[in-house]
Amino acid sequence: MSFAETFLNLDVLRNSFPLLLSGLGVTARLGLVSIAAGLVLGLFVALARIYSVQPFRLLARIYIDIFRSVPLLVLLIVVYYALPFVGLRLSPFMSAACALTLVSGAYAAEIFRAGIEAIPRGQFEASQALGLSYRHMMTDVILPQAIRIVIPPLTNNCINVIKDTALASVVAMPDLLKQATQAQALEANPTPLIVAALMYVAILWPLVLLVGRLERRFRQGGS
Amino acid sequence: MAAIVSIRNLSKRFGSAQVLTGVSLDVEEGEVVCVIGPSGAGKSTLIRCINLLEDFDKSGEIFVDGIEVRKGRQLAAVRAEVGMVFQSFNLFPHLTVQDNIALAPERVRGLSVEEARARARRLLDRVGLAAHADKYPGQLSGGQQQRVAIARALAMEPRVLLFDEPTSALDPEMVGEVLEVMKGLAGSGVTMIVVTHEMGFARQVADRVIFMDGGQVVETGTPQQVFDAPREQRTRSFLNAIIRH
Ligand SMILES: Nc1ncnc2c1ncn2[C@@H]1O[C@H](COP(=O)(O)OP(=O)(O)O)[C@@H](O)[C@H]1O
Ligand SMILES: [Mg+2]
Repeated sequence: MSFAETFLNLDVLRNSFPLLLSGLGVTARLGLVSIAAGLVLGLFVALARIYSVQPFRLLARIYIDIFRSVPLLVLLIVVYYALPFVGLRLSPFMSAACALTLVSGAYAAEIFRAGIEAIPRGQFEASQALGLSYRHMMTDVILPQAIRIVIPPLTNNCINVIKDTALASVVAMPDLLKQATQAQALEANPTPLIVAALMYVAILWPLVLLVGRLERRFRQGGS
Repeated sequence: MAAIVSIRNLSKRFGSAQVLTGVSLDVEEGEVVCVIGPSGAGKSTLIRCINLLEDFDKSGEIFVDGIEVRKGRQLAAVRAEVGMVFQSFNLFPHLTVQDNIALAPERVRGLSVEEARARARRLLDRVGLAAHADKYPGQLSGGQQQRVAIARALAMEPRVLLFDEPTSALDPEMVGEVLEVMKGLAGSGVTMIVVTHEMGFARQVADRVIFMDGGQVVETGTPQQVFDAPREQRTRSFLNAIIRH
């Protein structure tokens, strides 16, 4: 067999393409759900970490530290295989989404915290001096400025979450990697894996380019 | 006349440093009070206590228009009545000049967007910046930014305006345009407490000058009394040092 017939076999590709596409759909859904939930979770944890009263502040910190240090694969296995022992049985999708959200939320919280803390004190003082409520200070003054600072690192976080969805194949999620390995076994040919790799790159490369552009633009201080 | 701002026995410490010691001060409606004194005297801290940007010792009290300045529900109400102009402008860089001014009237006073913007344009006209409504703060000079900051504070129609060295961060050629706007305000009856190193401005505009040193009010009087016939040795040496530069 030639190199091309081994690694990019068109017959194999034709047979496995529907499976790969459905895997890509699952990966995309899992990634989007985890990213969105992680962003919301991260924002609230960051606000708790900076502004709330003591027990909550400490809890926020502990959460951030733990979920940034636990390997995602371990967390995934705990959620899927260990929680049923205490009566909590989640579907593969829910297990994977929970684990990914908990971890990406911890990273997002640190990113939001850094973004908020990068806003000069004078912005808070001017808002307070005008009599703005805490909520309006955050939504009208602080967060719109912090968003610009946090978009590049948050995009990086998105890239990591999408990559990490591949780990979900260990809890029997029919995601892109799982479908690719199955198709590869079925066809006794590595083509599905190669195509899956190309699909990951096709999703993530634009994001990688975007981060670079945003970072350059932010460094130039444009608005 | 009733005091708009009433400060009683105000003390404040930062850790172990005593920054204000037993300061009392009444400011009446329409009065312009200039606060002078060496760096580190506690001038900024004093006026930042009035809208509780700094917390102060329980022994002291501050009233603004009869409302006690304390943490709690009435704090936002007090802050809405107290305008502040900062040394470093602190404009909101992501909002246009017009929206910088319109934001708080809309959010705090409940004006509609159109009403708030109309008010913003009127005030921009008053500080001589009508043509710059749609620019961003970063596109303006320092003097222009500080005039926008004054308009922003005025837009809340506060009972009293606090200024913390409003011209100290400006290039010398821009000091005059800001002082001109402030003179106009003083002439139109706005109650003002101004921390400043501009002795010419204080002499010309102030109803009362307060000299602070070491966290205390050392001397207070009309500009003539304080500048031409200071009673206290500390005032004299401060003024001498300024004149000699
Ligand atoms: N946030 C702070 N933490 C600790 N010390 C402070 C703080 N702000 C001011 N101080 C101290 O309080 C004293 C008075 O400061 P300030 O009110 O800024 O004086 P002024 O405005 O007259 O120059 C200074 O000695 C200064 O170092
Ligand atoms: Mg000062």
